[in-house]
Amino acid sequence: MDLQTLWFAAVAVLWTGFLLLEGFDFGVAALIPVIGRKAADRHLMLRSIGPLWDGNEVWLITAAGAVFAAFPGWYATWLPVLYLPFVLVLFGLIIRAVAFEWRHSHHTAQWDSTWTHVITAGSLIAALGVGAALGGTTLGLPIDGDGIRVGGAFAGVTWSALLGGVALLAWSTVHGAVFLALKTDGPVRVAARRFAVRWSPVAALPLLAWAGLVHLRSGTFVTGALWLVAALAVLVSWTRIRVDREGQAFTAWAVVMLASAATIFGAVYPVVVVSSIDPAFSVTIAEASVSDYTLTIMTWAAGVGLPVVLGYQTWTYWVFRKRLTAEPETPHTEEPVNA
Amino acid sequence: MDVLDIARWQFGITTVYHFLMVPLTIGLGILVAVMHTMWVRTDKPEWLRMTRFWGRVYLINFVLGVATGLVQEFQFGLAWSEYSRFVGDVFGSLLALEALLAFFLESTFLGLWIFGWGRIPKKVHLATLWAAVIGSIVSAYFIIAANSWMQHPVGVVTDDATGRPVQVDFFAVLSNNTALAAFSHTIVAALMVAGAALVGIGLWHLRKRKLAGAPTTDPDHHVWRRSVRLGGYVSVAAFLLTAVTGDYQAKLMYEQQPLKMSSAEALCTTEAPAPFSIFAFGKLGSNECDEVHSWTVPYLLSYLAHGDFSTAVPGVNELQEEYSAAYGATYPDDPSFGDKAGEPIDYTPLLAVTYWNFRLMIGMGMVSAAVGGYALWSTRKGRVPTNPIGVYGSVLAIGAPFVANASGWIFTEMGRQPFVVYPNPDVPREDQVYFFTAQAVSPGVTATEVWTSLIGLTLVYGALAVVELWLLTRFVRRGVTTSDGAPTPGHTPEGSPDDDVSGGADVTPGSASTRRDSDDDVLSFAY
Repeated sequence: MDLQTLWFAAVAVLWTGFLLLEGFDFGVAALIPVIGRKAADRHLMLRSIGPLWDGNEVWLITAAGAVFAAFPGWYATWLPVLYLPFVLVLFGLIIRAVAFEWRHSHHTAQWDSTWTHVITAGSLIAALGVGAALGGTTLGLPIDGDGIRVGGAFAGVTWSALLGGVALLAWSTVHGAVFLALKTDGPVRVAARRFAVRWSPVAALPLLAWAGLVHLRSGTFVTGALWLVAALAVLVSWTRIRVDREGQAFTAWAVVMLASAATIFGAVYPVVVVSSIDPAFSVTIAEASVSDYTLTIMTWAAGVGLPVVLGYQTWTYWVFRKRLTAEPETPHTEEPVNA
Repeated sequence: MDVLDIARWQFGITTVYHFLMVPLTIGLGILVAVMHTMWVRTDKPEWLRMTRFWGRVYLINFVLGVATGLVQEFQFGLAWSEYSRFVGDVFGSLLALEALLAFFLESTFLGLWIFGWGRIPKKVHLATLWAAVIGSIVSAYFIIAANSWMQHPVGVVTDDATGRPVQVDFFAVLSNNTALAAFSHTIVAALMVAGAALVGIGLWHLRKRKLAGAPTTDPDHHVWRRSVRLGGYVSVAAFLLTAVTGDYQAKLMYEQQPLKMSSAEALCTTEAPAPFSIFAFGKLGSNECDEVHSWTVPYLLSYLAHGDFSTAVPGVNELQEEYSAAYGATYPDDPSFGDKAGEPIDYTPLLAVTYWNFRLMIGMGMVSAAVGGYALWSTRKGRVPTNPIGVYGSVLAIGAPFVANASGWIFTEMGRQPFVVYPNPDVPREDQVYFFTAQAVSPGVTATEVWTSLIGLTLVYGALAVVELWLLTRFVRRGVTTSDGAPTPGHTPEGSPDDDVSGGADVTPGSASTRRDSDDDVLSFAY
């Protein structure tokens, strides 16, 4: 395997890692208005992702950084085409991040509820936007032969981008529900499980449609098989959550994304930005890539660094593995800070 | 304004804003880790309280740095796609390595530190904070190496087919002397920010307690006293180190970007020995160097630039001609230069900006050091100052090192214009790698789009600044005492921290589940 292919795979892995991890914290935030009826429940839901969301978000930073580092031609085409949509995603991520931390810095019901809404809104925007950006780059963006956008500021928001956005949001919401069923106890666990049982078959459809489309256009036998794995995993996850096997359901639901992402990236390879104007305008890894020297340096750094990162992130999940329950007393009243 | 100007304002505003959080994160992170270490070593309650108090200030600020840092990573591609293409072989990999080797460390271990009280063994818990702090410092190194490569490109050759730099020596990029100078200068400048915060807030609390007749024997008194002393020493020592590192950096810049430095002095014609300008008057804003006059100290500039009192320092007028001869008097008449195509090139950065920001940086640094000195003097031998001018002046002076940091960066970034990648004078002219800012902007993005994002980001950033300042002020005024509320059920008052936190020493992860659900205790610290 040449270095460009290796790095295409590495970038795909980083994006998939981001979707798998941040997917559940997007989903938990999206579910707050749906199943977080009482303040104690909402608090419990946020606590389940409190120690994890920031580390998860670094996967996004690393994935985007790896796109820039390995394929500047991809980075420099993709972002300007979707200029305002990406800015909107950044707004979503910014308000979400500060809301997570600032929610606890003042103690009135109003303050708490405002920032909880902000977390939900920011997560919805970010999930839709990141999904749309990935949908656009793998299904088609309106770019000409120089990689410059044809059309106005929102010309990049095509049906394929919308499909990507809906796919990520829908999959993440169920991912969040299964995560809550796995990580919490009490009414939240029950409600999350009920949500997952009811919605998981439907919520996987847009993602399967996206992966299926990319496969039909440029797939191989292998990507077809991967797509079937994804579809099968939906069924497995659904049957497992019905019998309260949350761990197995969570794993199977993660496989849905894993196999779908593998289908999408595997089928679109070696293209990194698909042009919806003319396939000849699509940007390939060979055009977008940096030199082999730089890729070699990065291969060494990632080869040493990534296992270490995976090691200590796994340790974090181990430290915080305990199932969480809501405090019997509600609403949650926090004492002044260092009291 | 055209896209180029709007995009430059956007980059400037978002980056200066981001860099208000960054030095406080780096500087305070180091000091909180020291406080936590002191608590683990001595078991004195004031060190624990200091760790908790300053740790929360650190965290409230940290998240805004993370949030605004996201914009930094994406805006190279959004508004500066031609820049990203040009520098991709070097610049992108440094950003990716920063994320992989530093951001993961920082965010993961900070999460462990915040939520780890009582869950992981005491010393491991301390190590998580140090890991996060080291992550911040490593991240500073990578991003400064990336910036320094733009100031002084090394380790690359030009690809004849594309005209872009190709990396041939990664270790040259990492060990760029510009990066080593800028990194050391930035880290000590970050410590000045933290030192000033400790001094200002500590003195304010000490004075308030003394006027209220509070005892000087309880741990809270020691919290503020130790904070002031630590902050004072850090302010003074870090200022001396900024002078040393800054002097080294300035001497390098006289070789690498002489126009930046001569503009900083408004030195129009080459002089030997050259004088240092104290205060300039005349038409600095016209960018016509000859219309500027200053009060000067003779010989000093020669010393600052070259370490002796006689060597000539080149003037702006001569350098402008030199650069015009080497890199062209006008921009190439090519569409990639946008509105600037065919226009004359002004190689002199905006004199008013470089001259005054350079002085603002040094002046505010001096103010900060003086306040640090005042703090040490006024608290000597157990004294507590109540003089409102001294104490409130110290509170106000918390802003001084922030201004110094911002003006230093504005100086160094505006000072390299009109280049975004500055030609390295150590390399023969025909092999030099350089890139004009006018070429760097995204060609497909419209002025309306960049206006929209500029206005949107500025408004959001402004709103966030208001909330952050309000939260921080409120938190800081409240201090460490518990007098205004009874402890919540399940939470041990801090007077007996042993029950609450240092119990973590023998709590293994396995036994965490046997504890009563302690998350709220933990959260009450974390958030």
